[in-house]
Amino acid sequence: MTMKLTAHLTLAVLFLAAPCAFAQDAAPDTTALPLDTVPPGSVSGLTAVDYVDNSDEGDRIEISWQASPDDGAGEGDVVSYQLWRSENAGADWDSLGVAGAGQTRYLDETATPGTEYHYGVAAYDGTSYSERVSAGPVVGRANLFQMTRLAVLVLMLVFFGMVLTFTKLAERGADLFVRRIPGLNAIEEAVGRATEMGRPVLYVPGIGEIDNIMTIASLTILSHVAKITARYETPLIVPTARAVVMSAAEEVVKEAYAEEGKPDSYNPDNIRYLSDAQFAFAGAVNGIMLREKPAANLYLGAFWAESLLLAETGFEAGAIQVAGTAMVSQLPFFVTACDFTLMGEELYAASAYLSREPKLLGGLKGSDWMKVLSIALMALGVILYYVNQESGFVAWFFTQ
Amino acid sequence: MRREIPLAITFLIGIFMLVDFFVPHHAVSTSAEEMKQWGTIVIAASILLGVGNLIRVHFHKIRRRREGWGYSIVTLAIMAVMFAFGGPWGTVEEGSAFNWMFLNMQVPLQSTMFSLLAFFIASAAYRAFRLRSAEASLLLIAAIIVMLGRVPLGQYLTRSWPQAIQLPTLTEAIMAYPNMAAFRGILMGAALGVMAMGLRIILGIERSYLGGEK
Amino acid sequence: MAKKRFDIRSVDRRIIFTLIFVAVAWPLIQPMRLPIDVSPPVQTLYDAIEEIPPGSIVMLGGDYSPDTMPELQPMVETFIRHAFENDLRVVVACLWPASPPLVERALTPLAEEYGKEYGTDFVNLGYMAGGIVTLLGMGASIPNTFPTDYGFGAADIPSRPVGEIPLMQEVENFDDIAFVMEVSAGTPGTREWIQQIQGRYRVNIGSGTTAVGAPNFYPYVSSGQLTGLLGGLKGAAEYETLVGFPGDATKGMDAQSIVHALVVVFILLGNVVYLISLRRNRGAEE
Repeated sequence: MTMKLTAHLTLAVLFLAAPCAFAQDAAPDTTALPLDTVPPGSVSGLTAVDYVDNSDEGDRIEISWQASPDDGAGEGDVVSYQLWRSENAGADWDSLGVAGAGQTRYLDETATPGTEYHYGVAAYDGTSYSERVSAGPVVGRANLFQMTRLAVLVLMLVFFGMVLTFTKLAERGADLFVRRIPGLNAIEEAVGRATEMGRPVLYVPGIGEIDNIMTIASLTILSHVAKITARYETPLIVPTARAVVMSAAEEVVKEAYAEEGKPDSYNPDNIRYLSDAQFAFAGAVNGIMLREKPAANLYLGAFWAESLLLAETGFEAGAIQVAGTAMVSQLPFFVTACDFTLMGEELYAASAYLSREPKLLGGLKGSDWMKVLSIALMALGVILYYVNQESGFVAWFFTQ
Repeated sequence: MRREIPLAITFLIGIFMLVDFFVPHHAVSTSAEEMKQWGTIVIAASILLGVGNLIRVHFHKIRRRREGWGYSIVTLAIMAVMFAFGGPWGTVEEGSAFNWMFLNMQVPLQSTMFSLLAFFIASAAYRAFRLRSAEASLLLIAAIIVMLGRVPLGQYLTRSWPQAIQLPTLTEAIMAYPNMAAFRGILMGAALGVMAMGLRIILGIERSYLGGEK
Repeated sequence: MAKKRFDIRSVDRRIIFTLIFVAVAWPLIQPMRLPIDVSPPVQTLYDAIEEIPPGSIVMLGGDYSPDTMPELQPMVETFIRHAFENDLRVVVACLWPASPPLVERALTPLAEEYGKEYGTDFVNLGYMAGGIVTLLGMGASIPNTFPTDYGFGAADIPSRPVGEIPLMQEVENFDDIAFVMEVSAGTPGTREWIQQIQGRYRVNIGSGTTAVGAPNFYPYVSSGQLTGLLGGLKGAAEYETLVGFPGDATKGMDAQSIVHALVVVFILLGNVVYLISLRRNRGAEE
């Protein structure tokens, strides 16, 4: 205390003397404050952990702390935090870097994997440092498992277990109930109608690339549709917006025709690559609809803004239309303009539904039960949240 | 053998990508990145297949004088012109002919097609939003509230009503609660469907996308 | 003999299309200036810029591409106009490759209208790849992150090292920037600016985004991390109203209002027709 007083007095004398030293017209600066020699409060809760993200070489350590009480509060004069690193448990410290005021985290990206480090942090207010707080030891490693994703792994394994269990059950002859999906029944009716009218079936597998799951789901349905059109010798037109999808569609349709014993009915000119450009594709498909007048339009796959362009034109051309997509933003357009719409997972269920193959049905049941589990977990979470709000029970539970 | 090799490749790479999601070790992640690049390159190379198909289909149409074969000539001619200009003089430079054609022909045509949506939405709305059933009526009422609430006109029409039932407030409520809930429900269901489908493809249970069953 | 009545059920689509065409075209040709209520996030943005002392330097982050131009270009234009009106100097920095020419398109007529000179009153630093890495670099040193500028086509000024640009002599990092206006259509965009720059360097960031993306950022506005938000064409129109120069966004909102009202009329009309025909059928059965 006496030290501080002496210091203040010394400074006061200096300030009063200063104007005399500069015997100018400069008026004494009466608004000058004495230099702040009060160091800021130190940080708390300092932790240093091995930082893990998607690509881990073991060279990153994450240091986090709770802000100094003088940072944005109290004295409010903290301007930065100084960080140090030590390789010998605090015997000597190397300056590591600076974090700005208000920050409570710093990523050290220069650590050597396998080396033990200690970290120190102090708040700085422009003139003095707080007491240095240290944490450690911590070692950076190239980790083999991302612990934050443990819950995902567990749930995924539970899910796969369910799928495989139901698959086995189905193979053994168990009767698995699947509710009626009108849209999928309508596909067969639509193809039948086209056959009666002697007009082609138009099958648009969306404009997604082959790595889009919706496109793959669409190709599995195409296989089924192609078998029906082969059986009744109805022309099947498949316009595509991606070259790889076109190749895959060619294979699918050719095989389907071969299986039905009608390899000569297969017309490769009906599997057409039109354009990668979204609206050029829509324009070209509209052209096909207006010229070749298909009686059944099937839109199954990934669609974007061109969905309504296709569906409206198809309606005007007088075709019966069945759509299926998991693009939620396009569902409203399909629902208004098409006769039947498969929403979201109904598209993925189609292959199981249409073929009734036990293996595929098992997958469907597994998904359903996983949904039940998810709903139960969500309900549990909501309940626990409100219980915690009222009584702090959950937080208490985890600190025990 | 023809079927086994693609299935084996699918299995191995599928499992490896799953492993990449859980294992952050850089040896795994750098390999996974490489593979994703290979995938992009393979797809890019397949554009040649698409062009080949396009040429073949239109060529047949011209040769057999099918209906509309004149348009096929136009298609092939324009493709040739774009190739001719794009190849030697480049496609990306500011002043190149290819760029000019893209900006002054392709882009306006695309915008025009896009703008057709405005007209189609009107004709679809006229035809489809009918009081056919309880659900259709709900759809109808929600559509009217949101359409008016999203534009200044909605605010203007109900400016003297209590805040809680003004059109913009009702619109926000509809978008934030029932709409968001349905959105999320479909997304979650679809996500599980994707996972099940993915598992079936990796394990080779689902193989019709390769063509046929056998 | 049954008279052939005008059957409204089979209204020719072309009539609907013509009405829509007129509804869209009329307000664009003859602006109606429907009153636009200004929402709080837009007002906050406007007020924050009004408080900046003349002569200060502000930054425009251009992170969008041609497909989002209809919604975002009016925001860019109005911000530049607002800045020039208040004698603020503008530095443009882009994280999306398509943005520099689009911002230049907005700068060109406004620079001429306000007599602003490139290099002294405004500069376009162009695009630098890297997203978050670029932002972190800017935090340390803007001239080091953007070593050359984009140039200014309208005045035939080519790209040069930033050392030669007078305005850039005064810009080292975010201590020299009074406000950041971030116009973004996706990633990297507003979220990255908030995470990397706002927390560290305590600079005010306002944002303009597409209508689809805006709801994601309202929490940042309430927490104060964003100083104002323009959401979609409506946000742009509100901002234009505040600045006092109704432009493309206001015209667009007029057209949108009329078209939405027209579609609602179509829906109601369709239902009236439907109900009448239902009653007629029921009557015929009885």
